[in-house]
Amino acid sequence: MFQFSSEQFRVKVGLAEMLKGGVIMDVTNADQARIAEDAGATAVMALERVPADIRKEGGVARMASIAKIEEIMHTVSIPVMAKARIGHFMEARILEALGVDYIDESEVLTPADEEHHIDKTGFRVPFVCGARNLGEALRRIAEGAAMIRTKGEAGSGNIVEAVRHIRTIVKEMKRLTVTGQQELVHEAKQLQAPLELVEWVAGHGRLPVPNFSAGGIATPADAALVMQLGAEAVFVGSGIFKSSDPAARATAIVQAAKNYNNPEKLLEASRALADAMPGLDVAKLQESELLQTRGW
Amino acid sequence: MGKKPKHVGVLALQGDFEAHRAALARAGAEPVLVREAGQFSDLDGLVIPGGESTTMLKLLHYDNLLAPLQEFARRKPVFGTCAGAILLARHVSNPSQESLGMIDIDVERNAYGRQLESRVAVLEPEPSLRERSGPEALEAVFIRAPIIRRTGPHTRVLARYAGDPVLVEEDKHMVATFHPELTADSRVHSLFLSKL
Repeated sequence: MFQFSSEQFRVKVGLAEMLKGGVIMDVTNADQARIAEDAGATAVMALERVPADIRKEGGVARMASIAKIEEIMHTVSIPVMAKARIGHFMEARILEALGVDYIDESEVLTPADEEHHIDKTGFRVPFVCGARNLGEALRRIAEGAAMIRTKGEAGSGNIVEAVRHIRTIVKEMKRLTVTGQQELVHEAKQLQAPLELVEWVAGHGRLPVPNFSAGGIATPADAALVMQLGAEAVFVGSGIFKSSDPAARATAIVQAAKNYNNPEKLLEASRALADAMPGLDVAKLQESELLQTRGW
Repeated sequence: MGKKPKHVGVLALQGDFEAHRAALARAGAEPVLVREAGQFSDLDGLVIPGGESTTMLKLLHYDNLLAPLQEFARRKPVFGTCAGAILLARHVSNPSQESLGMIDIDVERNAYGRQLESRVAVLEPEPSLRERSGPEALEAVFIRAPIIRRTGPHTRVLARYAGDPVLVEEDKHMVATFHPELTADSRVHSLFLSKL
């Protein structure tokens, strides 16, 4: 039985609730963390390299060095998240012992297990996981994730995949709300997700945890777009510190997350910006170069 | 409370404003999400939700909302939870940051520690709360919560946790360091509505 009412689940989801309407920014050192906090980020994601560099440099991408994460934790007063490899529950245990505020079990890092994700129910620290569709989102929630984000295509600077994923999840949820009770067992089978979570979504029309967006957000307009489509907050990875104007861009994206319904304010936020990060045509990437297909 | 539902704004810059909107509706108010200065004029009261106080401060500045908010709080009741409590306080520490000073308390941010110290606690109401909201214990969700380190001579403590004040009122304003909007119990929101 899924423990929606357990104290631990409520406290984990509680922090995600506090992050709604905000921007969580990838940072690789204390200086970047300070820029992010000064711009109004609700949290920072501490990592060794931003996804665009991981993509470029290749090799095995692991949990960031502890010294780096600690440096960032000491620098800012907002929550600090860190990434663990898919299935690498011992990286996660170390991050929990360190006291990070959230762990991202992330496809951006090289997976450590090609069948199993981390059993997140056994942790006190909350987890966020990526998803491309409803089935994936519900499997992650069943494993204990307290927040879902779209995977998008990290490090691409291209919003197309994040849009595809949020639209897919929202569409699949809407469909369930008009599906008859007697058909939900079949839906659960199709989605490869637990029936009780499928039933919950059918009854509420949303995920039982906050639903954020990530993977390709590079401009205020991108942030506003995914929020219009149903994302409740955004993660910006390479989009800020791979641009030509990180501080101004960080500020503009924070404003966009609040004013996603106000084109005049979005214009104002966008006006002063210079060049965004260079983007990739995701359609031209080889299957093996995609990060979003990692995770099962 | 009169027959007409109260128009209560929820400052919707960032944070769990939707949870407050739902809690206010359960308590019988007509909630409205507030994002622009022009919206303050027809409100009976305002809730500043939980979220990141640093983010909300930036957005108050970006959108020139600080002065209209201060002006509103001089006239009408404001209820701040967690980040909202931090914004309304006189002094803020860990680290020090700007605040509105609408209520005579000093708060320390993230005073219990990081997320691993977040918790759900059960509070026994102080006599001042019991007579207005009943004797039942109050469930309190603390998320990276602040602690009220000092209260002023006119601040009334309505509930404590581990000896520290966590729900206080002063004149028309009220603050909680926990999140009544994340529980099904709407007594704290009803108490705020009774002040309007």
